[in-house]
Amino acid sequence: MNERFEIPAKLRTTSIVLMLIGIATLLIGVKTLLFTDGSNHEMIHADKTRFWIVLLHNSVFFTLITLASVFVQAAASLAQGGWIVAYKRVPEAIGANVWVFGLITAVILFTIAFYFNIDGHNPIYHWVHPDGDKTLEGKSAFLNKPMFVGFTVGAIALWSFFGRKFRALSLAQENAATNSTKIYWNTVKWSAGFLIVYALTQMSTIPWMWIMSIDAHWYSTMFSWYTFASAFVSGMSLILLWVVYLKNKGKLELVTSEHVHDLGKFMFAFSIFWTYVWFDQYMLIWYSNIPEETVYFKMRQQGPYSIIWYATFIINFLMPILILMSRPSKRNYFTVTFIAMMIIFGHWLDFFIMTMPGPLGIHWHLNWYELGIFAGFIGLLIYTVANTLTKTSLVVNNHPLLKEALLHQS
Amino acid sequence: MAIKKFAVACYDDEEVLFPAVKKVRHSGYKLHDVYTPFPVHGLDAALGLKETDLHIAGFIYGITGTSTALGFMSWIFTSDWPLVFGGKPYLSLPAFIPITFELTVLFAAVGMVLTFCYLNQIMPGVKKHVFHPRQTDDLFVVAIELNEHVSETEVIDFLKSTGAVETNVQVAESEWWYGRFDKKEPYELA
Repeated sequence: MNERFEIPAKLRTTSIVLMLIGIATLLIGVKTLLFTDGSNHEMIHADKTRFWIVLLHNSVFFTLITLASVFVQAAASLAQGGWIVAYKRVPEAIGANVWVFGLITAVILFTIAFYFNIDGHNPIYHWVHPDGDKTLEGKSAFLNKPMFVGFTVGAIALWSFFGRKFRALSLAQENAATNSTKIYWNTVKWSAGFLIVYALTQMSTIPWMWIMSIDAHWYSTMFSWYTFASAFVSGMSLILLWVVYLKNKGKLELVTSEHVHDLGKFMFAFSIFWTYVWFDQYMLIWYSNIPEETVYFKMRQQGPYSIIWYATFIINFLMPILILMSRPSKRNYFTVTFIAMMIIFGHWLDFFIMTMPGPLGIHWHLNWYELGIFAGFIGLLIYTVANTLTKTSLVVNNHPLLKEALLHQS
Repeated sequence: MAIKKFAVACYDDEEVLFPAVKKVRHSGYKLHDVYTPFPVHGLDAALGLKETDLHIAGFIYGITGTSTALGFMSWIFTSDWPLVFGGKPYLSLPAFIPITFELTVLFAAVGMVLTFCYLNQIMPGVKKHVFHPRQTDDLFVVAIELNEHVSETEVIDFLKSTGAVETNVQVAESEWWYGRFDKKEPYELA
């Protein structure tokens, strides 16, 4: 079967408009935030910091949710999950574009770590200048510039490589001899390799480096796992949005409500998993009540961020669990689409609350700049993924598990 | 206690069983149940069984567990026997959450197992009639409920025509009852 996707004019326009909004916001941000002039010294600091931290927040968020697609492919290959084959081109197309977001992230992170400097200290990454700070000096074996560069470059390079590798393997399967399982088992081997890479980067070191080191004096061993849960559930929602979109365009004939049901189950289950990890981290700190740990939640739960704190709890836990619990709602395209969009927005807010309180404190905004940059990244995501989807047939022909995917019953 | 008469057909292949089940459903005879040695995929759809309501029961049990745990702990720690733990307030919700979660799971799990047993009429010490000893071994057994309006021989002939390797008529207790397996069954075999 050869089922091609052509980008509808409306989608192309939407994505370009969103990207233009993003670029315009960035340019206005450069003028009004980065090169701001005024008499209030504190406000100038806050504006400059806001300019960079919002870029960091969005680029890291989008890198990690696109990366979740690579993880889904690897996990499904290793578990020999057949059902994913029905729409495998979607995670492949998202995963093949990890490098775009990874590159943007690397540029932003290195600019922040090396260039951003106000009066001799770095407002976002305090560990850049640890001198005289006992805690930061103690952590300097891990939190230093060479390690930061090494981990960031290594992780992004490996992620981009694997994202493209899985797609290349899948495309090679198309042209392989019929009933040949050589590439299939090859994919299983590469998947095992990727899971190790993923465990050592996204599930452990990278969130420490990129996000947790914003609050450099604070630490939590749950943090990376919690970031992973957040990224994974948003990544599944992203895949579901593309599947539903292609389905509405009359593509992906092989996908039935059984597959949508299973994606809905993933969103449901991992929303609960996210809450589980989120609460684990919170409760242990709440219980032991050590000031150096509770200071992290003081700002977030009781301080100026409490509205977002409770909003993430409602959007990321109560809404998915209550709305997606019943079987018919997981098979209804409207409810799953609505919840998927809410989950992505809710976890964007979750990343917001991970990044903003450290450098900005009470001077936070959720305003034109934050939402404009968010829109720009959404546009870039739609544009790149749609482009990759047009490159080849949407049906993974010749895949050993294709028949199993067709017969899938959830 | 409802002692009924059944026409029983045994099949030795699931590829024969599926068309046979289809024919029985089309024939209008009352299909009592089908017994298979292993779970046969798609048989529930072929039998036309409706989606189970077990999960709704599970939700109700879970909610019961949640409210039991939260209500009980709140009552104890605020009015019955208030104690201070680690300088926390009496009503410290985060500390209650793990127990609430566990009790939700416990109520839902135990309740659903018991409901499952009730719906399938199985329980330790409870007896059910076995139509053929090989139904847990290598035979697929279809039981059709007979009444005074249908002719036994007609049904048996019909079952033979669907490819049954063995057919007979049994009078049996159709529901579950308590008793020991070595005791005589409370009916006489026809």
